[in-house]
Amino acid sequence: MKEILVIAEHRQNELRDITFEMLTLADRTAGGNYTISTVLLGGDTTGLDGKLSGMCDRLIVMNDPALADYSADAYLAVLSRLITDRKPSITLIGHTAMGMDLGPALAVRTGIPYASDCIALELDDGQLNVERQIYGGKINTHLKLKPADTYLAGIRPGNVEPMSAGDKSTQLLDVAAPEFSEGQRRQFIEYIEAAMEDVDIAAADILVSVGRGIGKPENIPVAESFAQKIGATLSCSRPVADEGWLPKSRQVGTSGKTVRPKVYIALGISGAYQHQAGMKNAQTIIAVNTDPAAPIFNVAHYGIVGNVMAVLPELEKHF
Amino acid sequence: MNIVVCVKQVPEVTDAELTISSDGSRILADDLEMDINEWDNYAVETAVRLKEAHGGTVTAVTMGDEDSEDVLRQALAMGADEAILIDDEDFEGSDAVGIARGLHAAIKDRPFDLLLAGVQSADNGWGQVGLVLAELLQRPYASLVVDVQVDGDRLTVQRELESNTLERVSLPLPAVLTIQSGANTPRYVSILGIRRVRNIDIEETDADDLGLDEDQIGVKSSSVQELKLSLPAMGEGAEMLTGSVEEICDQTARIIREKGGLQ
Ligand SMILES: Cc1cc2nc3c(=O)[nH]c(=O)nc-3n(C[C@H](O)[C@H](O)[C@H](O)COP(=O)(O)OP(=O)(O)OC[C@H]3O[C@@H](n4cnc5c(N)ncnc54)[C@H](O)[C@@H]3O)c2cc1C
Ligand SMILES: Nc1ncnc2c1ncn2[C@@H]1O[C@H](COP(=O)(O)O)[C@@H](O)[C@H]1O
Repeated sequence: MKEILVIAEHRQNELRDITFEMLTLADRTAGGNYTISTVLLGGDTTGLDGKLSGMCDRLIVMNDPALADYSADAYLAVLSRLITDRKPSITLIGHTAMGMDLGPALAVRTGIPYASDCIALELDDGQLNVERQIYGGKINTHLKLKPADTYLAGIRPGNVEPMSAGDKSTQLLDVAAPEFSEGQRRQFIEYIEAAMEDVDIAAADILVSVGRGIGKPENIPVAESFAQKIGATLSCSRPVADEGWLPKSRQVGTSGKTVRPKVYIALGISGAYQHQAGMKNAQTIIAVNTDPAAPIFNVAHYGIVGNVMAVLPELEKHF
Repeated sequence: MNIVVCVKQVPEVTDAELTISSDGSRILADDLEMDINEWDNYAVETAVRLKEAHGGTVTAVTMGDEDSEDVLRQALAMGADEAILIDDEDFEGSDAVGIARGLHAAIKDRPFDLLLAGVQSADNGWGQVGLVLAELLQRPYASLVVDVQVDGDRLTVQRELESNTLERVSLPLPAVLTIQSGANTPRYVSILGIRRVRNIDIEETDADDLGLDEDQIGVKSSSVQELKLSLPAMGEGAEMLTGSVEEICDQTARIIREKGGLQ
């Protein structure tokens, strides 16, 4: 049977959610017609492989000290060999800090078509169709890739439910890592965790969250005053932190924090998926945006089309 | 340190109403404002700061139509020394590899120590071109970079990972980096600043000059066979609050009180 290959992702001894999300997607795409294999590279993966058992048909494990922490050179060398040898119908990789780093070079080195940041996949008689989003989530594209015997697809994180258990009989293949032909050019040094912060936005019941639509730093106090009035905490989207209008510790999203407050009030935030990933599980989401087509209205429960600087002072009067 | 930086012109879409052509192949972008891709602005700033600290030159390169000259002028006004415009219809329909092939051909014979690109383009969002270039150049690379330090003939960079975590890696020069937003504070460019660089010559080139034929670029080389655009399904969507500002705020305040457990 033809194969779908999933590149497992882990960091600091923990499998990352994207691995289980890709397994859900692999299962859905396979529809029983493909074997699902997972490849797990690491320094010492004992303790990780058990967590994948039942969720795929085959688990290919390669341990080597050079693979302990993700390293572009080593992963490229090993995975390009594996893909060339096995020719899976499709290889899935996360559109994450690891997969975004590895995917493009892996595709060039193996010479296979690569679609990055996919939200849905379909194998139509071996030919790959994918769905992606462009223009910050305001447009969807459906791509049919040219016929090829093997494809690479980057999978958007947080887009499907992660697989939590499975009843497949997983065959474990412990494979020796091939010799790396090239030296290790790029060297991993260390992880740096976020610095101590003034407030923990993840602990708040109500978040008043500002995006680029707030316009300028001078407008931040208007949101702050409103937040104070209702006993909420101020958070933000990435550009607001990038610009230094609020500290990085206030940023919601994939590269910031994941929050689940009772109420999340998004002010002038377009709703890019990296932002949505950090807030879509809030109990109630209220969004204010001048653009009626802003993607934030897809995940919001209540929407207001309007200028945040006009709405906020009015709203504050109601408390 | 000689640096090449890839910049791209993209439409400003956050506030715009987007319409799709009747055959579903493209958005009708004629009335959209164009700007430098957000991530590329950070890449240019990174390049100029490295030049200021270590000497050398900065060359900005773009592939696009003649209007893309604007982003090159922007890069020049920020401190780039030279600019290259690859303008050729034959590149239309290229995938990330086709675009990277054009950029590669335009810069491969220039001696450079560092090549910078943005993490992703705001329109396509492939997140690929910079790293495809790295592989075509056979150079080491790092993506999602928020900090760059030069240590002799090596770089130490910080890569942004998920959940407020960073990673420090070291790599030898020449290298390729893709720059993440927030890496610095890009300098502001005034109209006067742009005017000051209006006389700098921009090198123009096309597929022929670059020795690329149609099998390597454009629709023919692209991995995409068919493409169809659509507006995203609204899903459940939000309940839109309507009425006067007064009425909307009244409703909103009630929702916040009830759902937020306020008195
Ligand atoms: C690897 C990676 C990681 C990322 N991580 C994160 C992350 O953790 N968190 C995050 O937020 N982003 C993240 N991003 C960035 C993300 O892709 C978007 O660029 C970002 O979320 C956009 O922020 P925004 O909505 O504030 O700005 P924009 O997209 O510019 O949207 C501004 C919105 O404000 C509206 N608006 C304008 N004026 C007004 C007004 N007066 N009143 C009301 N509305 C108005 C506009 O219609 C628009 O919808 C990441 C990107 C990458 C590549
Ligand atoms: N047409 C282009 N001209 C110059 N640089 C480009 C072009 N397309 C992409 N790039 C560079 O590659 C980065 C990633 O783009 P993408 O792979 O399209 O998401 C951008 O931030 C630019 O630095």
